[in-house]
Amino acid sequence: MNRRDVLGLGAAAVTATLLAPGLRLIELARARAPEEAATGRRRWGLLIDASKCGDCDACVTACRDENGWDGHGRPATDAQWIRKVTLTDRQTGHVQALPLMCQHCADPPCVDVCPTGASFKRADGIVLVDKHICIGCRYCMMACPYQARSFVHEDVTNQKHHAPRGKGTVESCTLCVHRVDAGGIPACVEACGKNGNKAMVFGDLKDGQSEIARRLARASSLQIRPDLNLNTGVRYQNI
Amino acid sequence: MTHIHYRQIEGRSLGYYALLALLGALVAAGLAAAWYMEHNGHWVTGMSNQIVWGTPHVFAVFLIVAASGALNAASVAAVFGRAPYKPLARLSGLLAIALLAGGLAVLVLDLGRPDRLIVAMTHYNFKSIFAWNIFLYTGFIALVVVYLWMMLERRLNAYSRPVGVFAFAWRLVLTTGTGSIFGFLVARQAYDAAVLAPLFIAMSLSFGGAIFILVLLAACRGTGRPLGDELLRRLKNLQGVFVLAVLYFVAVHHLTNLYLAERQGVERFLLLDGGVYTRTFWIGQVLIGSVLPLLIFFTARAGARALIAFGCVLVLLGGLAQMYVFLIGGQAWPMPLFPGKEVSSGFGDGAIAAYSPSLPEVLLGAGGIGIALALVALALKALPFLPESLADTDDDPHHKTGAA
Repeated sequence: MNRRDVLGLGAAAVTATLLAPGLRLIELARARAPEEAATGRRRWGLLIDASKCGDCDACVTACRDENGWDGHGRPATDAQWIRKVTLTDRQTGHVQALPLMCQHCADPPCVDVCPTGASFKRADGIVLVDKHICIGCRYCMMACPYQARSFVHEDVTNQKHHAPRGKGTVESCTLCVHRVDAGGIPACVEACGKNGNKAMVFGDLKDGQSEIARRLARASSLQIRPDLNLNTGVRYQNI
Repeated sequence: MTHIHYRQIEGRSLGYYALLALLGALVAAGLAAAWYMEHNGHWVTGMSNQIVWGTPHVFAVFLIVAASGALNAASVAAVFGRAPYKPLARLSGLLAIALLAGGLAVLVLDLGRPDRLIVAMTHYNFKSIFAWNIFLYTGFIALVVVYLWMMLERRLNAYSRPVGVFAFAWRLVLTTGTGSIFGFLVARQAYDAAVLAPLFIAMSLSFGGAIFILVLLAACRGTGRPLGDELLRRLKNLQGVFVLAVLYFVAVHHLTNLYLAERQGVERFLLLDGGVYTRTFWIGQVLIGSVLPLLIFFTARAGARALIAFGCVLVLLGGLAQMYVFLIGGQAWPMPLFPGKEVSSGFGDGAIAAYSPSLPEVLLGAGGIGIALALVALALKALPFLPESLADTDDDPHHKTGAA
């Protein structure tokens, strides 16, 4: 390494040191203050490129670790906030895999049918369950076209403080609302970027400058069950 | 029958206490089952994340639907002014309340959090047909209580007819609401149909009518009160029409689905190769629950009481079979996420969901029947719901001896 390289590296290090807090500040500035209500000026969404999604389950593992929905080894009754689905074309035999979770619909059937209002949609489009007023009737599970919701069939242990769960109530993907509100991205997207195939993008669908909005504007995408006209927040490409 | 004399049942016989003990045991078993399910969580039942409503809902919906139909006799008297049905109106109202109470008890005890019932009373989402039903059910009970009061209190008798007409309208809306719980489920191909509302109304007429005839036969027999052949002939013929009405709407529902290419899969599953669901449909719902009872109701003489009672039992068994196929079979069929693709996952996507009823679920459901019938048995002893005589003409000894 010559002097020039050392100087170059040094300059880069200094620049990074100076810029990093600034970048972090931008992230913090975009984050919502705890006392600030979610706003309809944003709509959080996901874009999943099925052509990149392989046979890994980094997103599923990350979600399970992040939100603590590890099961009891009983697949029929254990919760699954996100799952990998394999599609095989009946005509051509073409096989694809993709992650499926709550689609955070703009017109969510689960919210429509919930008798107590425990199923609700935030102003920024994130669909959640208020665990305090869910009575465990499971009508939302009957109504959800994506089978995205799980009923907590037995006692839960080792809950995460940011993702409370309760036996006898219904739960589903929260879009990692605790991370999003702190300016972060969902655990599944982060894991897919780090350990997976970089098939998932998270962002504000209403911000024309966001990567997700730009990519959606550039190439065609689709919703699952578009016939239901639910205007999902989760979009797919290359299915 | 201008003056109808009503009298409480004696309620001191060994048979009465044996009946109460049996029903009490059913109720106790149901409550114990509910406690067991809530204590352990629903994983101890046959229900899962795919079959989210199980056997308790089969019984609960069955009882709730039957409740509004049990009001038939009162409605025929009040709305259509048919005098022969007037003496039956009190029992009819009582049975309606009791069946609804039994069904709602099962529904509530199966909730994930039955302790939060108060939340369901204080938080409402008025876009939810479920929330509407909470008002429709409680309103129905309140309305029929008022209706019974008008009938029981001599000074208020004059008001009983308008209240009865209002109760009739309410019960039609109520059963429309119950059917719409399923009719509004856009994502599931076995439901999502407007015809479910009239289908449920027809089901209510049939199931409620069959229970009413059975309770009437049992009460008259148990207390030695006469029951005229002519009255029974009317009831059984009407019951036959109700069974036909259910078959009609079931046929319309299936034919409509069969016409749509996207729904041929679910129809094939239910009607042709769905294993237990197909058998339950054809043997339970159609043969036992419809064809045989129709033969009985339209051929049996009114004097053949055991045969008529048997026909009613068949209608009820067929009704339970129908609810089972509709509820469980309808959920077992996977939702269509990607038309034209085979779908698989570790969460049951694209696969027929497995379900077998567990003992606690069956006990909870049977407990609901216990609650309903125990309420009827106790109420018959407490208040004069049952006429002293239901003979075709009170002065005709032939009918009295024939009915005793």
